Amino acid sequence: MAESRTRTYLGVPMYRPRVAFFEFSSCEGCQLQILNNESTLLDFLSLVEVVNFREAMTEQSEDYEIAFVEGSITRDDEIKRLKRIRKNAKTLVAMGSCACFGGVNQLKNRFRNPAGVKREVYGAHPVDSGPVRAVEDVVGVDLRIYGCPVSKDEVEKMVLHIAIGKSIVVPKYPVCMECKRNENICLFEFGEPCLGPVTRAGCDSWCPSNRAGCWGCRGPAEDVNLRQMIRIMEEHGFSEETITDRLECFGGFLSLMKPERGKGG
Amino acid sequence: MKKTCTVNIRPLTRVEGHGNIRIKIKNGKLQEAEWSVVETPRFFEAILRGKKWDNAPWITGRICGICSIGHTLASIRAVENAFGIVPDEQTRKLRLLLKHMETLQSHTLHLCFLVMPDFMNTGSVFPLIKSHGDVVLRAAKIKKLANDVCDCIGGRRLHPTRTVVGGFTMLPEKRQLHEFSERLKEITEDLMILSDLIREFTLPDFERETEFVSLKGENDYPFIGGDLVSSDGVHMKEQDYKKMTNEYIVKGSTSKWCRLSRGSFAVGALARLNNNFDFLNPAAREVAASFDLKPVNHNPFMNNIAQLVECVHVVKESVSLIDELLDSEFGEPRQEVRPRKGVGIAAVEVPRGILYHCYRFDDKGNITKCDCVIPTGQNHANIQHDLEALAEEYAAKGKDDRELELLAAMLVRAYDPCISCSVH
Repeated sequence: MAESRTRTYLGVPMYRPRVAFFEFSSCEGCQLQILNNESTLLDFLSLVEVVNFREAMTEQSEDYEIAFVEGSITRDDEIKRLKRIRKNAKTLVAMGSCACFGGVNQLKNRFRNPAGVKREVYGAHPVDSGPVRAVEDVVGVDLRIYGCPVSKDEVEKMVLHIAIGKSIVVPKYPVCMECKRNENICLFEFGEPCLGPVTRAGCDSWCPSNRAGCWGCRGPAEDVNLRQMIRIMEEHGFSEETITDRLECFGGFLSLMKPERGKGG
Repeated sequence: MKKTCTVNIRPLTRVEGHGNIRIKIKNGKLQEAEWSVVETPRFFEAILRGKKWDNAPWITGRICGICSIGHTLASIRAVENAFGIVPDEQTRKLRLLLKHMETLQSHTLHLCFLVMPDFMNTGSVFPLIKSHGDVVLRAAKIKKLANDVCDCIGGRRLHPTRTVVGGFTMLPEKRQLHEFSERLKEITEDLMILSDLIREFTLPDFERETEFVSLKGENDYPFIGGDLVSSDGVHMKEQDYKKMTNEYIVKGSTSKWCRLSRGSFAVGALARLNNNFDFLNPAAREVAASFDLKPVNHNPFMNNIAQLVECVHVVKESVSLIDELLDSEFGEPRQEVRPRKGVGIAAVEVPRGILYHCYRFDDKGNITKCDCVIPTGQNHANIQHDLEALAEEYAAKGKDDRELELLAAMLVRAYDPCISCSVH
């Protein structure tokens, strides 16, 4: 067993961490991204030892070092399970927008009447579900991988850096910088709303490069001037409703938006 | 021979989402067999209320991490139907090609990464990388091609970016389509080699008669829109989806269940194949014949084979679609959208079965009501009835816990359930 956990690079033993994947309230798409990058999947799997991955494997273990946690937290049984994972893991990684900010799921929090939300879907039938919370609202988080969905390249890079003991740097600048570098025409020119000027980079302007405006799934870049951004968007003719739709979609901008929030009834 | 056994799977692995299986057999008699869905609800239908129409495909696509393209296309169709937008030929073809490639990637993931370990006595695909490297690499090659096409046409393989109401934000380049056509032709051979391998597996010999629901093909094997049909002879319009699904709430399950003519019905690859066999591509029909699969087949484990047959079908059809696209002049990528008051309904065949989206809009194009009926939600009752019948059958035969546990897990897995999607 010990042998399978050590690889060497230039004769130096390399650490092969035991990793586990867990999902909470989510679409489980971020985990699927791990299986989705077929060309590097085998290399990735040789870098780590996967001991928990319910969506793909039957075996389970409580002995792991890195836990990748996908999804938002909405129920007490989820809190219990998450705390256990926190206890077992040396490093807990919040993976994707749901884990980092609540993701699209937190849009239900905008309604002032939670009972009305339940009634809309289940009628009078009682359903256990609390407000949507990010993982860090429940337990400590060591690392965050942003995005809806996460990019597999970023996950792999992060794991590689942990394995070789290299520090992890997440861009502080906005998506706009990447978009310019990709030589895209600004989406404002097409009349398309876009949060590229304020959203944290690292996705290589995934949506704007496909001529779809940014919805801010990676949350805010550092030191952003949201007020100025809103003014520029208004100057381009975008309505307050359109700007709010984008800013509140994944939950990353909530702390900067308050108290404007809560327009839903 | 063991006459008393207990199976308790919490939660089932190698499926999307969280579901539990419990079976109790005492002295050769079945006491209890239960399929329960414990997934946390996310309330998408409530989330959408008050949002502008353009949020619908972007947000509802995130109901599912496997069939996000299917959800996005169903959502777009529902909005377009409400606003009276008819997609042009170019958009229709590109959407169908995108749909086909999602089917191919989803079926390959299920068959080769999630189901195959059961037949090779491993807990996951990971040990197979060493023992059956050629099989895993072949499956990865097929999946990669399907995902590459989705990246190109939809902008992204998961939660697509280019797919919008009215068409696409951008079109693929013709040279890319040409390259995909060549790779698709090559992959037919890989699918045949996989078929040969899968033919060596012994599928459980189990049958329970049920009703199969799918879109009704007119001239083609159906995927996007059209009439609804069941193997019990029900025929309805797309707009009457509520009468076709009859959702109801079950104690202890966060997903709603459905019924039609009898206690339960099934949707998915086997249902599509049972209802539309004659429209399959001849090469796909040949593969079906090699597994002795013909309509109407009532063995739920054959859904795996129906998926394989559909893989061959979508690959062949995609080559023809690309040929047609290459022969035509590309026009504008999207048409203008003019919101209006009304209701829009869409039925789309996604990998796990027929999916419905329905929105009601006010005159500004804001959503006042949203309803999504998910394939796995339609399958839950059928899974429950199958599980009871399977446990009953094996209670009499006397199986040990481990054997019954594997069979029960394989049964539910055969439906390729997307549980978090069914709860949404």
